[in-house]
Amino acid sequence: MARISLTVDGVRSEADVEPRLLLVHHLRDNLGRVGTPIGCDTSNCGACIVLMDGVSVKSCSVLAVQADGSDITTVQGLANGEWHPVQKAFKECHGLQCGYCTPGMMLAAVDLLNANPDPTEDEIRDGLEGNLCRCTGYHNIVKAVQAAAAEMQEAGK
Amino acid sequence: MTDTVDTAAAAKQVGQPIRRKEDARLVTGETNWTDNIVLPGMLHFALLRSPMAHATIASIDVSRALSMPGVVAAYTGADFVGIGIPCVWPVTPDMVAPTHPAVCADEVRYAGDVVAVVVADSRYRAADALEAIDVEYSPLPAVVDMEAALAEGSPLVHSDKGTNKCYYWEFTGGEYAASKAKAEADPNGIIFKRRYIQQRLIPVAMEPRAVVCAPMAATGEITLWTATQIPHIVRLLLALSTGIPEHKIRVIAPDVGGGFGSKLDYYREEAIAAVIAGKLGRPVKWTESRSEGFQATIHGRDQIQDIEIAATRDGHLLGLKVDLLADMGAYLQIITPGIPLLGAFMYNSIYKFESLHFGCTGVFTTKTPTDAYRGAGRPEATYAIERIMDDLASELGLDPLVLREQNWIKHEEFPFTTIAGLEYDSGNYEAATARATELFDYAGLRAEQASRRASGDPVQLGIGVSTFTEMCGLAPSRILSALNYVAGGWETATVRVLPTGKVEVVTGTSPHGQGHVTAWSQIAADALGVPFEDIEVIYGDTKMAPHGMDTYGSRSLVVGGIAVLHAAERVVEKARLIAAHQLECDPGDVEFANGVFSVRGTPGTEKPIQAVAFEAFSAHNLPDGVEPTLAADSTLDPNQFSYPHGTHLAAVEVDTETGAVKLRHYVAVDDIGNVVNPMIVEGQVHGGLAQGIAQALFEEAVYDVDGNLVTGTLVDYLVPSAADLPFFTTDRTTTPATTNELGVKGVGEAGAIASTPAVVNAVVDALRPIGVDNIRMPCSPQTVWRAIQAATAGPSSEGGAA
Repeated sequence: MARISLTVDGVRSEADVEPRLLLVHHLRDNLGRVGTPIGCDTSNCGACIVLMDGVSVKSCSVLAVQADGSDITTVQGLANGEWHPVQKAFKECHGLQCGYCTPGMMLAAVDLLNANPDPTEDEIRDGLEGNLCRCTGYHNIVKAVQAAAAEMQEAGK
Repeated sequence: MTDTVDTAAAAKQVGQPIRRKEDARLVTGETNWTDNIVLPGMLHFALLRSPMAHATIASIDVSRALSMPGVVAAYTGADFVGIGIPCVWPVTPDMVAPTHPAVCADEVRYAGDVVAVVVADSRYRAADALEAIDVEYSPLPAVVDMEAALAEGSPLVHSDKGTNKCYYWEFTGGEYAASKAKAEADPNGIIFKRRYIQQRLIPVAMEPRAVVCAPMAATGEITLWTATQIPHIVRLLLALSTGIPEHKIRVIAPDVGGGFGSKLDYYREEAIAAVIAGKLGRPVKWTESRSEGFQATIHGRDQIQDIEIAATRDGHLLGLKVDLLADMGAYLQIITPGIPLLGAFMYNSIYKFESLHFGCTGVFTTKTPTDAYRGAGRPEATYAIERIMDDLASELGLDPLVLREQNWIKHEEFPFTTIAGLEYDSGNYEAATARATELFDYAGLRAEQASRRASGDPVQLGIGVSTFTEMCGLAPSRILSALNYVAGGWETATVRVLPTGKVEVVTGTSPHGQGHVTAWSQIAADALGVPFEDIEVIYGDTKMAPHGMDTYGSRSLVVGGIAVLHAAERVVEKARLIAAHQLECDPGDVEFANGVFSVRGTPGTEKPIQAVAFEAFSAHNLPDGVEPTLAADSTLDPNQFSYPHGTHLAAVEVDTETGAVKLRHYVAVDDIGNVVNPMIVEGQVHGGLAQGIAQALFEEAVYDVDGNLVTGTLVDYLVPSAADLPFFTTDRTTTPATTNELGVKGVGEAGAIASTPAVVNAVVDALRPIGVDNIRMPCSPQTVWRAIQAATAGPSSEGGAA
């Protein structure tokens, strides 16, 4: 067992974990942050993406011990008083159907927009290549990211 | 039809792109997926699956696993004797229905078949313990090729059955032999044949399956949470297969992350969970890993289609003959054998054939069972007919749209009874095609194609057409009976106006991404005249929504949504009696508009439905014979299927040097009648297109000769990402259905049905000048490159073809 300390969605916690424990299982099974789902076992689907110190990671591909000392933002911590522009845009643009890929898709989009506030369509599509959705055909997801980018740029002016 | 238009005009919610109620939870992570559920004392179980496609179990020993840390129990086939998965669609009286055990005791028949169960105090420890189960297998030959499986002397999947043939099912309309003779006798006649391959697909709903079962020993009750499309059907089949009395079973489908047919099933893991929760007296959970699911959850498609058309060379279609081989996999899941039959009536599609002959042979192989995957039989039918229409048009030197128009049902001919015996209620293929060609710039792209051909551009342009229809809205119970399906196709709804005027809609549908909460709220809001926000929709729990036939087959709106409308209308009729009593007038003199009752022509008599609801609750002053509370039920058994249609056009660029295919432009014009929520409809179309395009270009479940699934993970099985797809151009034409009051048609599967042939037709169209006239899906760069090489290397024109 290894002692780790994490801040998840603003709440600090300490835990003794097996070295092999995946971050996503720590979040879900130990901390009860079940908003982050698991969609695969090969790090292809991106459903489990969280922000680790502000950068998107697939939490199925990070060991809990590797996250020691880090600040994690899950979908449940994305809203800050009010919804993040990406959350608003996903609803407004119908960028989700079943909603299972949505947490990872939104957090990947947040990371993308942090790095590139005004992405082209191709940059959005390439930026979300590590996230799979089976419901939307990505059409409205790309539209949602475009809308969020516009809103964030407007807000930043 | 005038009524329908009037209804739509008066509507305030129906027809609007209302943003979804569902999304607030989904975008903030307040979700309730089955795997989220944690119960006191809960254990985790894991399944040991056969690594071999076919073998006898010489010995199995779980004693080492039982001594592993945290392991509570381990079970083998001997613990599950007599418990299996039923098939509810015996398509013929002599269909071979092998035993499908929950846990195999003697023999395994596909890689992934279950041989043992371990139960532990954590998911990691359960997984660890699988490694400590000792199994000795004696290999048997794999059966991986359908045609070889039917040949004399083939190894058998089920040796006790003496054959790998599951069934032969035949359907005829008119006399194909006569059509064929006519074409053969005509100097201008043609008999045109093609073989198409429907590769095996893996549905890949983003949420893997999961099951939680909690027993209550004192009462014998169990609650089963499961990631399913069909909680009501699971409850029934759980009762039938385990012997747990039906009234003691509660099945809950909490948030369910997509299904596409893969969760339209009753699975062994559900039976196992119920059995071991009962044995242990503790809650148990199982969650599929994605790679496990690739073996354990049903696959789709997997047919060989031999198609023959009798026609004349001026493009007049006479007869159509369809011979299918359909891969069942190793066992029958609940509706495995019926899937190809759902396409039987769709091969003639929108065309006026004088005869149709359909024959389908179901075949067992040592592979994961197949079952419903988005469209279920109808994508296969549409692919075959739309592919052969393009191929025939090329053979006859006609534009593919011209050949279609020459033969399709004209809009003034509806209602039209097809050669398959179905009555299409409405449609306008001319209008949808005109709109699609306009949006697509069909003429402009044909001109560009001609110029690229003339210049010998290494990147050729191909244009593909798909003018589809489908039968959905499953289904009229009498028709299901005629097809030997065990159950009916009705749907239920309850509408309750609570004492404060808020509304609960209970539906038997079980949404998993379709937006029923929003759409049913729109329907009920208009019918009751109450605010959209005042409505909650209750679903997916057999205790809260006790009757239902669940969600699949593009049925929910046209059956379940119309049931909601009917129940709401009954609520209004009951409220009208109460209002009339209290307004001291004849019910016939009470008007109802925008949620308010009033005496016709008498201002000041307004009585909102919310006030009537409180009167119905207090019951102080009700008319004689009217019972307290304001609620009504409806159970709708539709008279007919729903027949959406549309014209889809695809433009692809094919690099003849590398085989790479780029989908450049896709136009989908669908006619699904009136719509409740155009935003949701558009989303359904987009997702369907992506899945259909994925079959055309990207996806295939591949087995090797030993029966190993070599595309066993998401690394190897190419589900397209955002980078693989373009924006789609979608539009609608509106020809209202005449079979329901809202004039709506199903849309959930349309995109997946129409798009596959459009894209493959485009690929073939690009390559026809260099001799490619057929190609196997998926049209990967390698497949396309090989087809080009084969076509240009020699005289054969079947390069890369099946």
